[in-house]
Amino acid sequence: MDALDLAGMDVLDLSRLQFGVVTVYHFLFVPITIGLSFLVAIMQTAWVRTNNEKWLRATKFFGKIFLINFAMGVVTGIVQEFQFGMNWSDFSRFVGDIFGAPLAVEGLAAFFMESVFLGLWIFGWDRLNKKLHLATIWLAAIGTLLSAYFILAANSFMQHPTAYTFNPETDRVELTNFFEVLFQSTAVVAFAHTITAAFLTAGAVVAGISAWLLVKGKSPDVARSTMKLGIVTILLGAAGLGITGDQQGRVMVEQQPMKMAAAEALYETAAPAPFSIFTIGTLDGSEPVFSLDIPHGLSLLATHTLDGEVQGINDLQEQYEQEFGPGDYKPNIPVAYWSFRFMIGFGMLAGVWALYALWMTRKGRVPHGKWFRRSALLVPFLPLIGNSFGWIFTEMGRQPWVVFGLMQTESGVSPTSTSGLVITSLASLTLIYAILAAVEFDLIRRAVIIGPPEEVADPFVADESGERPMSITY
Amino acid sequence: MDLAAVWFVLIAVLWSGYFVLEGFDFGVGILMRPLAKNEGERRAILTTLGPVWDGNEVWLLVAGGATFAAFPEWYATMFSGFYLPLLLILLALIVRGVAFEYRSKRSDLKWRKSFDWAITVGSFVPALLWGVAFANIVRGVPLRAAEPAGNILYDGDALLNLLNPYALLGGLTTLFLFMTHGAVFLTIKMSGTIHDRANKIATPLGLIAAVLAVVFLVWTQVAYSGKPETWILVVVTAGLWVGGIIAHRIGKEGLAFTLSAATMVSTVAYLFWVLFPDVFRSSNDPALSLTIYNAASTEYTLTVMTIVAAIFVPIVLLYQAWTYWVFRKRISGDAIPSPESGSLDYPDEAKPSVPVG
Repeated sequence: MDALDLAGMDVLDLSRLQFGVVTVYHFLFVPITIGLSFLVAIMQTAWVRTNNEKWLRATKFFGKIFLINFAMGVVTGIVQEFQFGMNWSDFSRFVGDIFGAPLAVEGLAAFFMESVFLGLWIFGWDRLNKKLHLATIWLAAIGTLLSAYFILAANSFMQHPTAYTFNPETDRVELTNFFEVLFQSTAVVAFAHTITAAFLTAGAVVAGISAWLLVKGKSPDVARSTMKLGIVTILLGAAGLGITGDQQGRVMVEQQPMKMAAAEALYETAAPAPFSIFTIGTLDGSEPVFSLDIPHGLSLLATHTLDGEVQGINDLQEQYEQEFGPGDYKPNIPVAYWSFRFMIGFGMLAGVWALYALWMTRKGRVPHGKWFRRSALLVPFLPLIGNSFGWIFTEMGRQPWVVFGLMQTESGVSPTSTSGLVITSLASLTLIYAILAAVEFDLIRRAVIIGPPEEVADPFVADESGERPMSITY
Repeated sequence: MDLAAVWFVLIAVLWSGYFVLEGFDFGVGILMRPLAKNEGERRAILTTLGPVWDGNEVWLLVAGGATFAAFPEWYATMFSGFYLPLLLILLALIVRGVAFEYRSKRSDLKWRKSFDWAITVGSFVPALLWGVAFANIVRGVPLRAAEPAGNILYDGDALLNLLNPYALLGGLTTLFLFMTHGAVFLTIKMSGTIHDRANKIATPLGLIAAVLAVVFLVWTQVAYSGKPETWILVVVTAGLWVGGIIAHRIGKEGLAFTLSAATMVSTVAYLFWVLFPDVFRSSNDPALSLTIYNAASTEYTLTVMTIVAAIFVPIVLLYQAWTYWVFRKRISGDAIPSPESGSLDYPDEAKPSVPVG
C-alpha cells in the first residue's frame, strides 16, 4: 500500500501532518473573522449613533480587511468538514453518532447565519435601511460565535469524552445526552479562552494597522479612534486570556493531567509543584542545566492552593498502563512544553505592545519613530503565532489519543488511505494555501497602504436623482 | 416514525436545495466569460451571485454535516472512498470562492482575468463531478468488509472505477443542467444585452441537457432502479424540463426558472428514490451495501437532530428567501461603472478620494 515514502512518514504521519497544516492554516483566519466582525459592527454602530463620518470610514476600511480575511476562512473551512471522512474515516465511524451532531448543527444554526447576513451586509448598503443594515453585521458576528461554540463542543468531546456509552455491537461510542456534550465544562472553558484569544487577535490587527496609519499621518482622525478601540480590545483580551486560561488549566489538570504534566515537563509528582518559565538543557526539560521556576506556581495554577499536588509524567504513565494496558501514553514532551510557552509568550507580547502604544499616544501625542512604526506592523502576527501554538499544544498534548482514553490516533486513520493519496492532497492543499496566503497578504498590504477613504457619501441618503449611491463590490 | 428514513429524505432535501442554488451559481460561473464582452459586464454578472453564493454553498456543508451526524458509516465510507474526486471538488471550490471575493479587490485587468479563469474552472469541475459522484452512488461501487469490525470500505481504484461511461454521462448531465439553470437565472436577474445573450443561449443548452438527462434517467431506470414506480419521476423530471424550455421560448422567464429549479429537485428526488433504502451501494455484493439501517446513528441522536432541524430549517429558509427578495432588482450590464472603479465602495488604487457608492 505504501509505495511512496516521504522521509520515512507512513499514512498515519502524513494524515496527521495534513490535519495540522490545514487546521492551523484555517485557524489563522477564524479568530480574525470572529473578533473583527464584532469590532466592525462596533464601528458601524458608533457611526449610526453619532453620525460622525470617521466611523463610517473606519467601517469601510476595516470592513474591507475583514472581507479579504473572511473569504479565506470560508474556503479553508470546507476542507475541515470533508477531511474527517477522507483521512479519518475510522475516527468518523467511531464518534460519528456524537461528533457529527454539533458539526451539522453548526452548519444549520451558525454557518447559514454568518454567510447569508454577511452577503446582505456587503451588498445591502443601497438596499436596506440604516438600522436593518446595521443588524446584518451584528447577526453575522453572532453567527461566528455560535459557529465557534459548536466546533469547540465537538473538539471538547475529543479532549474529554462525556455523555456516551460504548456499544460493542456497533463498535462505536453512542450519544446519551446532547446537552451534556454541548455544555460540559471542557467546552465552556475552551469557548471562553478561544473567544478572548479571537478578540486579542482582532484587537492587534486593528490597533497595529491604526498605529501605522497614525505614524504615517494617514486619516489620523480615523486611526486615532480605531487605535484606541484596538488597544482596549487587546488589553481586555489579554486579561480575559489570563482568567480563562487559568480556568482551562484547572479543568485540564482534572481531565487530562498528562497534558498539563507535559506542558510543564513535570516528570515526578510534586507537592508543591513549581511553574517552569523556561529551561536550558535537553529540549524535553528532563535534565535541566539551567531552569527558571516560579516556586509553587504550578500548584497554584492547577489546584488554586500553594502546596497542591500535581501528578508527574512518570506516575501518570504507570497509572495509564494499568488502566489501558501496556503502551506509551506520553505526548511529545518538547512540543507540549515549548508550544505551551510560546502560546502564552506571544499572547503576552501583544499585551505588552498595547501598553507601549498607550504610552506612545499618551495625552493625545502623535506617535512617531521607525521602531514604533515597525512594531505596529508586527503586532497583528503575535496573537496569530500564539493561537497556532495553542492549538498545536491542545491537539498534540492529547496524543497518543484522538479521543482521550477511548481511541488512539493511529486507530482513527482511514484504512483505505494510501501514502500516495494523502501526499497528493497534502501537496496540492499546501501549494494552493501557500499561493493564497501570498495573495491575501498582498491584498491586505495594499488596502492598508491606501488607508481609509478620505470621504464617503452617506449610503443611506438619496442624491438629487432620488437614488441612493449604488454599492458595487464585485 | 422511522427516523432513519426521515433523515434520508432530509439529506435529499439538502442536496435538492444545493442543486437548485449552487446549480445556477455554477452555471453562471461557467457562462460568465462567454456571455460578457467587457469588464463592466463581467462585474454585472458576478454581482448577481455576490450576495448569495456563500449562503448557497452552505447547503453543501449542511448536507455533509447531516450525513456525518445521521449516517456516520455512509459519511466515512463515501468520503474516504471518493477521495480524489472530493479533493478535486474541494480545490475547485477553494479557488472559486476566493476568486469571487478577490477579483475586484484590484483594478489591474490582468489580475481580474486570472480570477475569471479560476471562476470558470472552479465552477466547471464541481458541476461535472457532482454528477459523476451521484451516478456512481446509484450504480454502486466495489466494497469490502474490513476485519475484524466488519466496517464497509471502498475497494476500488482511486479514480478509474469512478470514470465509467454511465457516471461520465451523469457528469455531463449535471454540467448541462446547471449551465442551463444558470442561463435562465441570468434572464430573470439581468436586463440589457447580457439578458438577451443569456436568453439566446438558454434554448440550445436546455435542449442538449434534455437529451443527456433523458438518456441518463432512462439508463438509470433500466439498469439501476429495480423499482417500476420510479418511472413516475423520470416522466415528471422530463416533463418539468420540457415545460421549462417551452416557458422560456414564450418569454415566461419567471416560470422557466421555477420549472428549471423544480427539475433540479425532481432529479435529486429521483436519484434518492432509486437508491432507497441503500445509501452507498456495492457493485460486487448487495449484502455489503450500506443502507439507512446499517449506516444510521442511534435513535437518540436522530431524535435530537430532528428537533434541531425542525427548528432551524424553516428559519434558515425564511431569511435566505428574504435575501433573494432584497436583491430581487434586475442588474444591467451597462450600469456598472468602468473597470477603473474599485471595490467595496471606494477605488482600491490610486484615487482614494472618489467615492463610488
